[in-house]
Order: sequence, then structure tokens, then C-alpha cells
Amino acid sequence: MSIGHTLLGLLESGPRHGYDLKRAFDERFGHDRPLAYGQVYSTMARLLKNGLVEVDGIEPGGGPERKRYAITDAGVTDVESWLAQPEKPEPYLQTTLYTKVVLAILTGRPAADLLDTQRAEHLRLMRELTRRKSGGDLADQLICDHALFHLEADLRWLELTAARLDQLAAEVTR
Amino acid sequence: MTAAPEPLLVATDLHKVYGHTPALDGAELTVRAGEVVAVMGPSGSGKSTLLHCLAGIVTPDSGEVRYRGRQLSAMSDGERSALRRTDFGFVFQFGQLVPELTCLENVAMPMRLGGRKRKEAEAQAATWLERLEVADIADQRPGEVSGGQGQRVAVARALVGEPRVVFADEPTGALDSLNGERVMRLLTEAAHDTGAAVVLVTHEPRVAAYSDREIVVRDGKSRDMERVS
Amino acid sequence: MTSASPSPSSPSSPSSHSPSYEPFAGFDGTRDPGGRPPEPSADLRTWLRDLLLGARFAAGGGREGWLRTALTAVGVALGVAMLLLAAAVPAMMDARDQRRVARDTLSMGEQIKPGPDTFLLDSADTTYHGDDISGVLLQPEGRAAQPPPGLAAMPRPGQMVVSPALKKLLASSPLLRERIPYEITGTIGKAGLIGPADLYYYAGSDKLVAYDATREHGNADRARGFGAHSNSDVRGPVFNLLLVTVLVVLLLPVAVFIATAVRLGGERRDRRLAALRLVGADIRMTRRIAAGEALFGALLGLLLGAVFFLVARQFAAGITIRDISAFPSDLMPDTALTVLIAVSVPMAAVAVTMISLRRTVIEPLGVFRQGLGRRRRVWWRLLIPVAGLALLAPMFGAVKGDASINQYQIAAGTVLLLIGVTALLPWLVETVVGRLSGGPVAWQLATRRLQLNSNASARMVSGVTVAVAGAIALQMLFSAVDQDFVFDTGADPARAQVMVSTDGTTVGQTAHDLRLISATKGVRESSGYLRSQATRPDASTLTGDDRTFPYLPVIVGDCTGLRELAAIGAGCKPGSTFLVQPPADDGNDESPKYLKAGHRIDLNAGYSEKYTGAPRLWTIPAGTPTVATRVDPTGSRQWGVFATPEAIDSSRLFDPGSQIMIGLDPHLPDAVEYVRNTAAGFGVNTYVMNISSTQTKASYTQLRRGLFAGATLTMVLIGASLLVTMLEQLRDRRKLLAVLVAFGTRRSALAWSVLWQTTIPVVLGLVLACAGGIGLGAVLIAMVGRAFQMDWGSVALMSAVGAGVVLAVTLLSLPPLWRLMRPDGLHTE
Repeated sequence: MSIGHTLLGLLESGPRHGYDLKRAFDERFGHDRPLAYGQVYSTMARLLKNGLVEVDGIEPGGGPERKRYAITDAGVTDVESWLAQPEKPEPYLQTTLYTKVVLAILTGRPAADLLDTQRAEHLRLMRELTRRKSGGDLADQLICDHALFHLEADLRWLELTAARLDQLAAEVTR
Repeated sequence: MTAAPEPLLVATDLHKVYGHTPALDGAELTVRAGEVVAVMGPSGSGKSTLLHCLAGIVTPDSGEVRYRGRQLSAMSDGERSALRRTDFGFVFQFGQLVPELTCLENVAMPMRLGGRKRKEAEAQAATWLERLEVADIADQRPGEVSGGQGQRVAVARALVGEPRVVFADEPTGALDSLNGERVMRLLTEAAHDTGAAVVLVTHEPRVAAYSDREIVVRDGKSRDMERVS
Repeated sequence: MTSASPSPSSPSSPSSHSPSYEPFAGFDGTRDPGGRPPEPSADLRTWLRDLLLGARFAAGGGREGWLRTALTAVGVALGVAMLLLAAAVPAMMDARDQRRVARDTLSMGEQIKPGPDTFLLDSADTTYHGDDISGVLLQPEGRAAQPPPGLAAMPRPGQMVVSPALKKLLASSPLLRERIPYEITGTIGKAGLIGPADLYYYAGSDKLVAYDATREHGNADRARGFGAHSNSDVRGPVFNLLLVTVLVVLLLPVAVFIATAVRLGGERRDRRLAALRLVGADIRMTRRIAAGEALFGALLGLLLGAVFFLVARQFAAGITIRDISAFPSDLMPDTALTVLIAVSVPMAAVAVTMISLRRTVIEPLGVFRQGLGRRRRVWWRLLIPVAGLALLAPMFGAVKGDASINQYQIAAGTVLLLIGVTALLPWLVETVVGRLSGGPVAWQLATRRLQLNSNASARMVSGVTVAVAGAIALQMLFSAVDQDFVFDTGADPARAQVMVSTDGTTVGQTAHDLRLISATKGVRESSGYLRSQATRPDASTLTGDDRTFPYLPVIVGDCTGLRELAAIGAGCKPGSTFLVQPPADDGNDESPKYLKAGHRIDLNAGYSEKYTGAPRLWTIPAGTPTVATRVDPTGSRQWGVFATPEAIDSSRLFDPGSQIMIGLDPHLPDAVEYVRNTAAGFGVNTYVMNISSTQTKASYTQLRRGLFAGATLTMVLIGASLLVTMLEQLRDRRKLLAVLVAFGTRRSALAWSVLWQTTIPVVLGLVLACAGGIGLGAVLIAMVGRAFQMDWGSVALMSAVGAGVVLAVTLLSLPPLWRLMRPDGLHTE
């Protein structure tokens, strides 16, 4: 999961302090593992260096967490392409995909397209595995089937999420 | 799979309402010769209705389905029936085999309805049963064979006339994974060998993975997943 | 993506693809097959292929399929056998009639001169234990005399040839053998018998004397051969009405039954045809296949029916309804009717199938019934019985006497009335069932099921309805026309029970006979008299065409005998004479002129128009009192000159005949047989007659028995088809039943629901049947012009039979229900 892209996405709705960013991230995505301040600081420093964010202002009192960051045009483009890019289908993608969906909703992008793109990518891989399976020996088949069942689980999750997008949007933007 | 330049089946802007329930709301689909198209979507999304419209079993309220350039809804029942005998094949979840006939007779049925001699039809049916690895149950009735065997008989029947399009609606819906995989493998291989296109309605991703491309139907609207990204 | 789908996709939810399950995917209301250009008609080969395919479905399908086909075939076969039997009845009657006419011995009245081929004959009929035995005494006058049909030669005197049935009876009845003592030399061949139960004999005699021209002397007719004289037993229009109605009432349920039998397994067939539609059968093909299927069952039924009929025919010889029995070879269905049955039964089977398919749209995805949910209309259903009534109404009061009736009109009217009852039934069931609700679980299950498809249940009971309605109507008609068939003879059996009459006898002979009679076992009292006739004294001198010979009975008997005939009282002694005037309402004003004391009368009164012989004048003694008549034991009133033997020289009487009235010992049942044995010795012209107050025509009993047997058979047939339909329904719903049991429905509740499901339509059917039957009965009674009267007994009986059939069907369907309700019923296929 790309924390950089996530923080960038969160910034798209408006400039934020580092502390706000951490809180927003934790609230939406960091259910079990809150983000460390250090990680926010280093990520923002990297984004700043790459020109994806800029410092909008500094609160009096000092400390890295008192800086206010804003997203640059380059940053918006970066979020855009990250969301549009399907993840390489592999197990345990849901955290990333969930983040992407929420960010898409938050930033007013079509979340359904995102899911469909991912779905197409998953099925593409599944087709490949299915083809490989039909040509392979039993060991190949068993290995492919393992992957196929996992991909199928993900795909079902994508389907289910797509069916619940409206519900999710209502919750996220509340 | 190479796509033929000329599409075999083209459905455009299909609408169909049952009572007050819209089943299709502007769905469209193109099937090219020899390709396997998976139609996915949640239950009640209209994917079965889309398949029925494509096969000419159900006439859409508006929109048209053209098979090799001819509009299906303009054909008579006899012509459409003839099309089902010669150009189309069907594999459904269940209920499509005639329980009174033996498996061999079931497979020979489309050819016999088409006017072929019994011996000839049954000889050809026998080779298809063999190909689908169910030659041993040729003389049993559908009620006496397992679900997987029954579906393979259904596949044999769908393909025996070497149709151009096979319509498969949840062909593995009543089967376990292993049998489902086997049916799908045999179906797609046989379709590939005979050059038949397959329209495959399923809600199982692993089954859809046997397709060449995927269409998703939601709320009566279709979405071609090839054009997504 | 706009919104979530209506229901979340779940991998375990079954996809909706069974043709019978998909709620709306299959039927396509917008399509109009009629608007398409006509398809090329199928050639013969295609027809044959589709029909054979249908036959394959009927014959194949494993044990269950065979069972269904077999039941259809048996149902059709029973119907066909019944139709063949009905078709054989006219021919049977004809054949019987022909043979009856061929052996007829009634004289034509013509005078035949003796020749080498003439013979004398006289009837020697008798009755034994209620069975009529016909006997003919024969005496050839030349060598060339032809023997009667069924005999190789004329029997010699003292010998006889008997029918097989009589031979058997004689062997087991010494009392009868005593009466017919001739030596048995052979049996009568089939050509000489009406039926196997015929009791008949030909005996040779040498005591026969041909009647002379005046018929005053002699005791036998002269003939040259048998037969050639036909007097058909005219039964009259009322009898024909009954016959027509019985046939309609019995055959209509058979037709309904055949229609039901052909429809067995209809739902399964529809699903099968839908599967065929999917693989490319068009609508015409499915129709042809369905026709083939129906045809196979019907043809099988036809063959089986022929076998049933041929087998049943073999038993016909052993069955005697009253005195009617038939040889198996007599039961030969009329060729035209047989062809009609052979053609119309399969055609009807196909037609019924086509009609049942008419409202069914068989699409590749399943079967849809049109008009489901549409309310039935009642008006055209009412129109049918009204049309029937309109046909019958003009005949109200017209069926009587010798009026010729239009049997087709009656049959058509009756059929329409009865069909009207079946047409009203579905409407009634739907209307009533639609209002039912609430109640316990069993009731709720049954009513909801009926509401879903009341049609099938209505069809099931329509046969019962027709049978019961028809039977009730007939029973009503029977009781209304009772008097037509039971005559009041006016006789008084308390005074005498048997009368022995002898033609051509004398006073001495009669006295001798009387002595023999009174000495006979079982005779309590007896009296007798001699009857003759006289005419006006100047009869021999009359000429011209307007001459008349008034009829003046002369009765000679002792005082005991005369007291039975007139109010004579104590004033009678040997030598007395009395005069009795004819009853005033007789219209006889000629005879009283001569019945006066002191007047002369001519005892030579002949039977012919012409006066023959010399006058034998006798004077009614002066002072002969005129007395009132008295009804004699046979119910008739005698009048004329009553004389004691001492008052008149009885040798001068013209052709006197004796009548002996006999009172029997009521404790000796065979008394009458002893009397008959005694009388058999009196000579060839002696007849024994039972005296009873009423007399019943046998036809009535036969019809009633036929009706009852037919109605019972029909009910059993219908019960069988009900059972089959019920079992099929249960099998189709086995999964549902198992589910209901699995979630705790009590078995008894399910059993009750099955009972209710049958009972509700049957009760409605019976109510309608009673109403229809009483209505039809009233119409029939009106036709014969009688007062309407209810026959509640037959209504109750027929309803009870109908209800019994339902109960039996329910009971018989319980064991399979129990079996189906086992939890492993959940596991199907």
C-alpha cells in the first residue's frame, strides 16, 4: 500500500497540517495500525522533494507537525494515475484497494471504474492461470488453482464492493 | 483467440420489462465467431434475459438482435426454431435434458429434429459422448446419471450439430468445483475445436476465467470490461 | 456505476434457470405467432418422425413413463370395451330377433292342406320356478317335413330335443322332468337358440289333430315350416327414451374418462416439450409430438380395449340378465360403429390433447398457461344446459303411447344438459374455492393449492359429476314411469293363485280334471267351469254384409264354480240357470236383447264370419233369474248365461274350454309346480297361469340393472383415474412435501390437506350433480308427462357412491403419501 499516494489523496480535498493528515489517515485507513508521526514526516518530506506537495504555511510553535501542506498539480496527476492503475492482482490486496476506493470517493473520482479496472485485471490473470492449468501437470494445476481461488475471493470482494458503493460513499462523505 | 472481422451476433440497445420490473435497460453485446464471452453480474441483473434475447428465445421490447445480419425478432417461430437446431446450442444449469430419453437419444435429438436419420444422428451423438468422456452412460436416462455427467451430456448435445454459437447459462451452477472445471474445460475445448462462439452466463469468476473476454451486466446495462481501462 | 444491484450476488444462491422456476423469463407476451408468414407445411416423413417421437416418449421414460402410458391405455381400453359392447347391442338384439323369428311357430291363420312337407305343431310352454320354458310339440304329416332350426330331424313321438340349458335344468329337477317326460335324444343347435340360457324343447307327438276350418275341432296348427312371421316386441316411446338416456348417461362419463386418461401426465409432457423447444423444435413439431404421444396411448388402449371386449365376450354366455342371454358370437359390434370407434377414439385423444395445449404456450424456457388469473365466465357455461333444455322442451308431454320420438334430439338434449353440468363445474369450483380462507393448516394448504389450480381438480371430478347427475336423473325417471311397466291386473290372489285352462274339453273331462287337481299335493281348494259361446237364434238364416253374430257367453259349472263368477248365493242347485248382463260401460247393447229368460239362443256360434253347420237351438229356461256379476279371481268380470251341467247338454256346446281356479297351500313353495305337473297330463291345449295382482315388464328390470352396473363400473373407472392423477400430483410435489415435513408439519395435517383437496371439488361436484340430475330428471319426467316427484333415495345412494369413491381414492393415496413424506424425500432424483 502506498502511504504517499494515500496522503496525497487526502490532501486533494484541501491543505492540511501534518497532524491533521495523520488523524485523517488513522480515522479512515489505520484501523489497527495508527500511522507514526515519523512516517508522516518522512513521507511528506519525500513528496515535498518530488514537487507533489508544497508547504502552504507554518503554524507558529514550530515542529514538523505544524507545517501546512497543499497538493500541487503534479501531485493531483500522480494520484490520478495511481488510482487508475490497477494493482497487480495478488492476495491480500484489499487494504490498498479499499484505500483507493475511499480516496476516489473522497476526491470525487468514479470509484466504480476503479473497481471495474481492477476486476478486469484480476480476470485477466485468472484467464492466464486457467490457460496455464489446462496445459500443465497436476502440480501446476494445484498451484494455479490455489491462486485462482484467492483471486476469485478478491474478485468477489470487488463485486460486492461495487454493489455497495453508494452505501460506502454515503458513509465516507458523511 | 483471433476475432473474425465480421461479428456473428450483435445486440444493440436492448430493453425488456417484465411486468414492472426492468430486466434489460439498454444492454448491448457483440459476439464474434469462435470467441468465448463471459456475461457476469449479480442475480437479477438481467444477464439471463440478455442471453435469452441473444438466442431469440425472448424478444426484446425494443432494440434489436442481429444474427449474421438478420434481425431475430423479424423471424417466424419456425425460423427461430430452425436456428436453435442448426446454428445454436444450449447448456443450462439443469432441466434441459428430456428425462424420458436416454443420454444418447438426447444428444441425437437436435439432429433428428433437423431431419437426420436416426442411425446417423445417433452415431454422431455417440462420438460426441465419447469426446465428452461420457460414452459409458449413453444408454442411461438423465435421471440415472450424476450432475456432472448430465451437464457433459448437455454439452455434447449443444455441440453435436456443430453450431456457431453455444449459449451456456450457469452451466456449472449445480456442480461442485471439480465437476464444474471439467465441464468448462470440455465445453471450451470442444467449442474451440469446432469454431463455435460461446456466450457464457455465470456468476463464478473461476468459470468466467475460461472466457476470452467479459461483459458485466448491472441493472440491465451491460459493460464491456475490455474497454474499461 | 450508479447504484447497487437489487440483491447482492452471493455465490451460493442458486441461479434461476429451471424452466419451471424462472418467474417471467420465458413467456413473451408481445410475440404474436399468428402474424408471421405461414411456415412450410411438414411433409409426411416429418409428420411420421414427430408422431413416432411422441410414441417414443409414451413408450419410453422408464418404469414411471410406462406406468403412465399403461394407465392411459387401460383407461382408454375400458372405455373402448364399453363402447364396443354398446356397439354390439343392436347387432346382438338383431341376431337374437332373427333366430327368434326363424323358429317362430305362430300361425299365419291361413289354411294349409296336408301334404308331404306339412307338420302339426302346438306349443307346450310351461314355467318352472319362475323360468319360462318354451316347448313345441311336433307331428310331421309327411316325410319331407322340415325340422325346426337347430334340429337335424323331427323328433319321434315320445322323444324330444332340448336346449343345453334346459337339459341341465331337467337333469337337476326331477319335478320338472316329471312334467316333461319325453326321452331326450339330442340338443338344439345354436341356430335354434336365442341365447345360451334359452330354455326350449321340441317334442315329437302323435296326439295332435289339425284344427278344422271352424277351429271347433282339433288342437294343433298345421305348418310347412318355421319362422317367416315377425312380430317385433314394440316397447314404446317411453322405453326408447329410457334406453337412449341410459346409453347417454353411461357413455358420456366414458367419454369424459377417456379424455381424462389421455391427459394423464400432461404437466410432465409440457415440460418435456419445452425441453424440446430449446433444442429447436418449433410449435408445430411440439404439437405433432404431443399428438403422437396421445395417439400411442390411445392406439394401445384401442388394441387393449378390443382384447378386453373379446375376453369379456367369452364370459357373456355365462351371464343372464333376466331371461336374456347372448352367445359370444352374437356380441359382434356393428362394422360401421366399430370403424367409428377405431377412428374416433384416437382422434378424440388427439383432439383433447390439442385442446389442452391450446391454452398452453410451450416456450423453450418453460410452460405458460394463458388465461391464468382470468376469471371464468359463467354465461356461456349456462348456455349449454339451456340449449339442451331448449332441445328437450318441445317434447314435454309428447313421449307417450305410440308416439314416435326423435331419439337424436333426446340424446343431443341430454348430452348438452349433462355437459352443461361439467362446464359449470370449473366455474363453481373456482368461485367457491376463491372465497375459502383461514382454517387450520391442512385446510389452508388445501384451499391455497386449489386456488392456484382449480382447473385440474375440477377436471378430475367432472367424470363423477356426469355419472352421478345422469344416474340420479334416470332413477327419477324410473320411479316416475314405474306404473308404465308394472300393470295392475285387478286380480285377487287371495282367492286363487293359479288358473288352469284347457281348450276343447267337455264337462266330464273338466270334472275329471278338477278331481285330479284337488288331489294334487299343495292344492287347498279348486273350482272350475266350462266356457263356450252362443249367438242369436236366427243366425243361420242371416244373409248380407251387415249381418252380425252377437256374442253370448255360455258358462257351465257347478254351484261352487259359478259362485266365483256371480252373486248367486244359496239359490243354486243342480239344474239352476242364471243370467248376467254385460257391464253397462261395455257398450254392448246387442247381447242384452237375447239374454232373457225364455228366449232361444243358437249354441252353434263359430269363430268365423260365415255361418257353418246346423243350428243348435237351446231355450234359456223360463224364470231364470238375472244376477249381478262378481269379479273373478283373475280380475275379469264374466257375464252371459250361467248354467249348471244338469241344465244344459254340454255336448252341444261350441268348442268349450275349461278354467279351473286353484288356491294353493302357501306353506308349500313348490305347490304350483305340482299343479303344473298335473295339468301337463290334461292334454296339449292346457295352459297354467299364475294369478298375481301386478305384472312387471322385464325390460324395466333389465334397464335398471344395466344402469346400476354401468354406473358402478363408471365410478370405479373414474376412481382409478382420480387415483392416478392424485399419485402423479403427489410425486410432482414430493420435494415440497419433504420440506413441509422437515420443518415440522404434522403428517396428519398433510394427509388431511390431501383429503380436503379431493373432498372440496368432489363435494362441489356432487352438489352440482344433484342439482343437474334433479333438473334433468324433472325434464325427463316432464317429457313423459308425469307429475314431478323426488327420488331422494337414489340421490342419497348415488352421492354416497361418489363420496365413497373419493374416500377410497384418498385412502389409497395415503401409503404413497407417507412414503413420500419420509425425510429422505428431500433427496430427489
